[in-house]
Formats: sequence, structure tokens, C-alpha cells
Amino acid sequence: MTYQINIVYFSWVKERLGRDQETIVCPASVETIGDLVVHLKASDSVYQQVFSDLKKLRFALDQDFVGLEASLGDSGELAIFPPVTGG
Amino acid sequence: MIKILVLDDDFDAGAEIANLSALGGGAVASFVGQVRGDGELDALELEHYPAMTKKALRKIAERADKQWPLHGVTIVHRVGRLKVGEQIVLACTCSDHRQAAIEACSFIMDQLKTVAPFWKKEIKQDGSESWVEERQSDIDAAQSWND
Repeated sequence: MTYQINIVYFSWVKERLGRDQETIVCPASVETIGDLVVHLKASDSVYQQVFSDLKKLRFALDQDFVGLEASLGDSGELAIFPPVTGG
Repeated sequence: MIKILVLDDDFDAGAEIANLSALGGGAVASFVGQVRGDGELDALELEHYPAMTKKALRKIAERADKQWPLHGVTIVHRVGRLKVGEQIVLACTCSDHRQAAIEACSFIMDQLKTVAPFWKKEIKQDGSESWVEERQSDIDAAQSWND
């Protein structure tokens, strides 16, 4: 069994990946954001580079901040971006 | 009353403050942030996460409204390319009491730095660009409200 997750990227994560969004087909074994990051890093070296330091990344599931341990569940949209710098 | 605006264009801070003042209460606090012209900076490019931005700003305003006795909160944040000296952000609060209005306004600004999905890119006069990194002092300031 596989499922799909939509991912959006911002700031230097978007620039370094060279895309602002994509849909990823995940095996059922990918349950959390942490699992997904591991899955992506294994699939392509560009993810290894951009996701090399997880301390510099933040995540939002359906527009709410979450951590790496968050379950992807039935989420519609995952966002991956650096720490915010507004205000 | 909570008012949230995310704008490409400039805004009239005086008009926004006057609108909030009209709610009554007698204590109105506001902060306007502008693009600081230090060094070789030409402009800031403000990126945001459109689907999340208003939701995040409303959450900040609701937290302030819960924590202090406020009549109203207005948060305005601009996005896109902003030249040195241009307005970026307005936080405005209205209360019966000076301390509540000032503290809530300060709380909103501290939260804006850490939980609103905006990213600033600096564009220097020589054309070079770099993303602004988060500052520990901003994280500490936002955290201090929880202590």
C-alpha cells in the first residue's frame, strides 16, 4: 500500500530544492514526518543536502506547526521551511 | 475585535490605529516596524506561506486577547519587496488599561518573530542576496512570555 502527500517548500529550502511544491508517493511504512525525511533522503541526494541539518528545518501539517514525530495521517499538506524571520 | 491584514501594498498606520481607538477603552498601544537601513541594504524580500499566514496571525491575536483584557487587536504585515524605510508591520492593541495594551502589543511582536510564517531575504546594494537567519534573542523573547 502507498499513499500520497503534498509538500510545499519555502525560503532557502525551496531555492535549494529548485521547486516550491511536489506530491510524494510514500510507502505505508512512512508514518511520521521524520520517516518521510528519511525516505526522501534515501531517494535523491538533493534531499540529503537540503535536509542535512534537521535543526534548521521547521514543519507545518495543514498549516499548524508540528515536530518530526508528527503523524502524517490524513494530512492534506506538509510544509517544510527554515525558522521564520517575520516581524 | 480582531483584524488581520496581509498586504503587498503600503498601509495607513494612523488610520488603523484610529479605527481601533474608536472601539473605546482609552488605552491604545501600537508598534510600527520598518525596513532598517543599516549597511549596504537596498531592500527586503518578504516571502510567506499564504495558506497559513492569516491563521497564524489570528492565533497570535487570540492568545493576546485571552491573556489581556483587550477591546481589539489589529495586526498588519506586508509581503513582497520592501525598500529601506518602508513599513513592514503594525501591531496595535486597545484596552481600558495602559499596561495591558502595551504588554499585549509587545507580546504580539515577540510572537510574530517566531511563529508567523514569514521569511526575510536581504538584498544588498551590490545585488547580492541572503536569507535572514533566526536570532536567539528573538526566540528567548518569545519564550519569556511562557515563563
